[in-house]
Amino acid sequence: MSIAFYLIAALTLAGGLAAVLLKNTVHCALALTVAFAGLALLFLELDAQFAGFAQILVYIGAVAILVVFAILLTRGSETPKDGVYSRNWLAGLFIAAAVFAVLGWAVLQSAGGLPQGAVAAPTVTVLQIGNALVSRYVLPLEIVALLLTAAMIGAVIVAMHEKERQK
Amino acid sequence: MQGTIPFTPLTTASPIAEILWLIPALPILASGAMALLKQPKRKSAATLAIGSLSLSLLLALVAFGHVVAGWLHGDAIRETANFTWFQFGATNVELGWVLDPLSAVMLTMVSFVGLLIFIYSIGYMEHDENFTRFFCFLSLFAGAMLGVVIANSLLLLFMCWELVGLTSYLLIGFWYQRPAAAAAAKKAFLVTRVGDVFFLLGIVWLFAQTGTLLFYNGGTGSMEAAALSGLLAQHAALGLTAAGAIGLLIFAGAAGKSGQFPLHVWLPDAMEGPTPVSALIHAATMVAAGVYLVARVYPLMAAGGLAGGTTTALTVVTWVGAFTAVFAALIAVAQNDIKRILAYSTVSQLGYMMAGLGMGGVAVGMFHLITHGFFKALLFMGAGSVIHGCHEEQDVRRMGGLRADMPLTFVTYAIGMLALCGFPIFFSGFWSKDGILEAAEHWSVAKAPFYMLIFGALLTAFYMTRQVSYVFFGHWRGKKPAHESPAAMTVPLAILAFFAMALGAIGTPAWPWFRAFLDGRAAGFDWHGFAEPGLMALMGSSTVVVLIGLGSGWWFYGERASRPEEPDVLEAAAPWPWRWLRDRLYVDELYGGTVVAFYAWWARVSDWLDRRVWGGAVSGVAWAFRGFAQLNRFLDNNWVDGGFDKGCEELASGGGLLARVQNGRVQSYLRLLALAVAVLVAILIWSSRA
Amino acid sequence: MTPLAHYLLVAALLFSIGLAGALTRRNAILVLIGIELMLNAANLNLIAFWRYGPHPEALTGMMFAIFSIAVAAAEAAVGLGLVIQIHRHAHTTDLDAMNRMKG
Repeated sequence: MSIAFYLIAALTLAGGLAAVLLKNTVHCALALTVAFAGLALLFLELDAQFAGFAQILVYIGAVAILVVFAILLTRGSETPKDGVYSRNWLAGLFIAAAVFAVLGWAVLQSAGGLPQGAVAAPTVTVLQIGNALVSRYVLPLEIVALLLTAAMIGAVIVAMHEKERQK
Repeated sequence: MQGTIPFTPLTTASPIAEILWLIPALPILASGAMALLKQPKRKSAATLAIGSLSLSLLLALVAFGHVVAGWLHGDAIRETANFTWFQFGATNVELGWVLDPLSAVMLTMVSFVGLLIFIYSIGYMEHDENFTRFFCFLSLFAGAMLGVVIANSLLLLFMCWELVGLTSYLLIGFWYQRPAAAAAAKKAFLVTRVGDVFFLLGIVWLFAQTGTLLFYNGGTGSMEAAALSGLLAQHAALGLTAAGAIGLLIFAGAAGKSGQFPLHVWLPDAMEGPTPVSALIHAATMVAAGVYLVARVYPLMAAGGLAGGTTTALTVVTWVGAFTAVFAALIAVAQNDIKRILAYSTVSQLGYMMAGLGMGGVAVGMFHLITHGFFKALLFMGAGSVIHGCHEEQDVRRMGGLRADMPLTFVTYAIGMLALCGFPIFFSGFWSKDGILEAAEHWSVAKAPFYMLIFGALLTAFYMTRQVSYVFFGHWRGKKPAHESPAAMTVPLAILAFFAMALGAIGTPAWPWFRAFLDGRAAGFDWHGFAEPGLMALMGSSTVVVLIGLGSGWWFYGERASRPEEPDVLEAAAPWPWRWLRDRLYVDELYGGTVVAFYAWWARVSDWLDRRVWGGAVSGVAWAFRGFAQLNRFLDNNWVDGGFDKGCEELASGGGLLARVQNGRVQSYLRLLALAVAVLVAILIWSSRA
Repeated sequence: MTPLAHYLLVAALLFSIGLAGALTRRNAILVLIGIELMLNAANLNLIAFWRYGPHPEALTGMMFAIFSIAVAAAEAAVGLGLVIQIHRHAHTTDLDAMNRMKG
């Protein structure tokens, strides 16, 4: 069983790596989608079915498409002459490595205290989730709704063509 | 000698003794008033001066009369009025004055001669623009001299002594614009100062030994028996007693003021002053102050001497006096300035007086002082009249034949000259000089002073005849014709001439009134006084000496029609000795080479020290300060300011550096953010591990 | 069952990869991609902890992750809208060229 985990994890990581390494931005978006898929599978592996499907629906279905749209809309000269990586990219790499080192170290330090597995599987139904959403988590729900509305309006306004004031 | 029984002493103060202080005070007050006057107010000045001195003369005559009255009654008057000036600790500083025969005769002589000279000065200084200043100084001098005379306190005497010295300086340098006059004034002051230092030492020692500053104080004074016996018991160096040593120190001061060798050098130069000054100060009074001082402290100097014998102090006085007499007379022979001849003559006669004091006692010396005062003042005033009449000419070789042009002056001058030479019988100088010669003949220590004084008398007659021949005989060798002087000048001459002759009467052996008066004994008129053994022989031999001098002088110089450019007769005969004598035997040059040169060297050393060493130290300090200030400025500019500036610059550039972080690029902001998160999380985890 | 630590490590690695992409790529959109990866890694962390936590029936972890997904979507929309607008003005999405806020 853990083989599945390692495979999916490898897939996700490969997708993530490809997303940040590839030259062609569309390829990056597609790799991102692969990564999202891998994550969804991981969610399913973790018995979080709703989260997994929500991941597929939202991320792959919406966010990845949005990214692709944005890439296509912002196509200029295809590959910048200085390369796809920014100046001082080594500093960024180093910082990321430092962050990973810290996090990994934190995890490994406390690895002994963490459950090794064989924890009881949760029995979570969509009904329960729905109930929780309107009872216990109603406030966050409403706020998220507000947030989404605002984001939508904001995105529209931001991306809208300006009226030509001076002709 | 007559009348050896001494009088009964009387010491209670009479009214005149109480107000004796007025005698010097009046001229001093007049001088103070004149100091405030403006120069053109001549009449007021002359009135103040002559009026105050006349009042002083009046009071002096009253005092003199009082003492004479006492003498006639058989009382030996010595009245004192003393008072304590101030105290410090247990010591009293006392001042006071004394009225006795010595001070009485001196008061009369000084005020009388002084008054005559004041009147003479009205005529002499008529054309001078500083008339008022002259009388101011003259009055101050008169007051100071009278103060010296009446002083019963060493301190008062010294104060007036110094004041006399000061006024002498002021009057010698009266025409101060002339460099010769200014130099002569300085010389007079400094040379007398040398004597005054010893004088002060003597005063301090005397005061320390006897504990009192007063001469006579009812038995406790320093000239009285108790103090003297105490001083005799003390022994000082060189076999002297304290009395002898103090006496010699005081004599040193007197030697300075009275121009004894070797402190005589200032007197001839003092002739740079106006002639009334020479007459008053350097003939009659100030130079006599030294002799008077010795007479005053005579009890001290004679203490311990056996009757008829003498003390060391008096011996020294005698030798110095005798030597000075001959020394100065020799130099006087070769001088050509009319006043300078008289100046050296004064030095010589002062030597006579000192010798007389040393050998014969107070009366002998004082008699010559009194007579000399009159005829020397007469001679100086006569010389002044001659100078005035010859239009300020002073060289005798350019005068001549004034017998016809200035008859009054000639007659009075001749009388004075004969008195000075000691021409017998009718002239006072003969009696006073013979008194000295008689004392010298009977001196127990040695006979040499006697021969020296005889030789001096010969020289005196010789050079005075030379002078008179040059001035009044022969023919006129000057440029403009001469004229007689006004009455204001000739009348005092006549009065003095009278006294130059008449004063002899009070000192003859037939009637030794002066000596008896001073010694406090009776004296009557007795022809048998002449019968003393050896007296007639002495009088005869001194007459012969005078005649030889007069004759040889006349033979060399009388009636010769010599031109001023021709050398003197004696000069042609013996050029080398003449030159030495004319150059004053090089005493001044000796002093110039030794004392003055040393002083100048010392002054240069002091100047160098002052400028280089002390001045250098001061400027070194100043330089150090400046250096320090500059160091401060350097530190301030470069380190403090600079540091501050640098700090601000670094801050600015640091800010610039930091501003580069804000490069407007999102990714770099993001990087920083991530780095910060990593660091913070690491810290968090690290700190929670413990 | 794989240990929790493995999930956490995977999440950490994914997070770092996403961070590296956000920090080193020139294109603005790729920065947003990196951010999305980071968010996803966080979500994985949440779900993993929910799963291995003591009370999985409390739903807290899951709800957290769901809300996180919702917020991420909103944020992606707005962010990409901004990138599009910037591209309209600057005609490029090169982040190195966008330093008008330089201070």
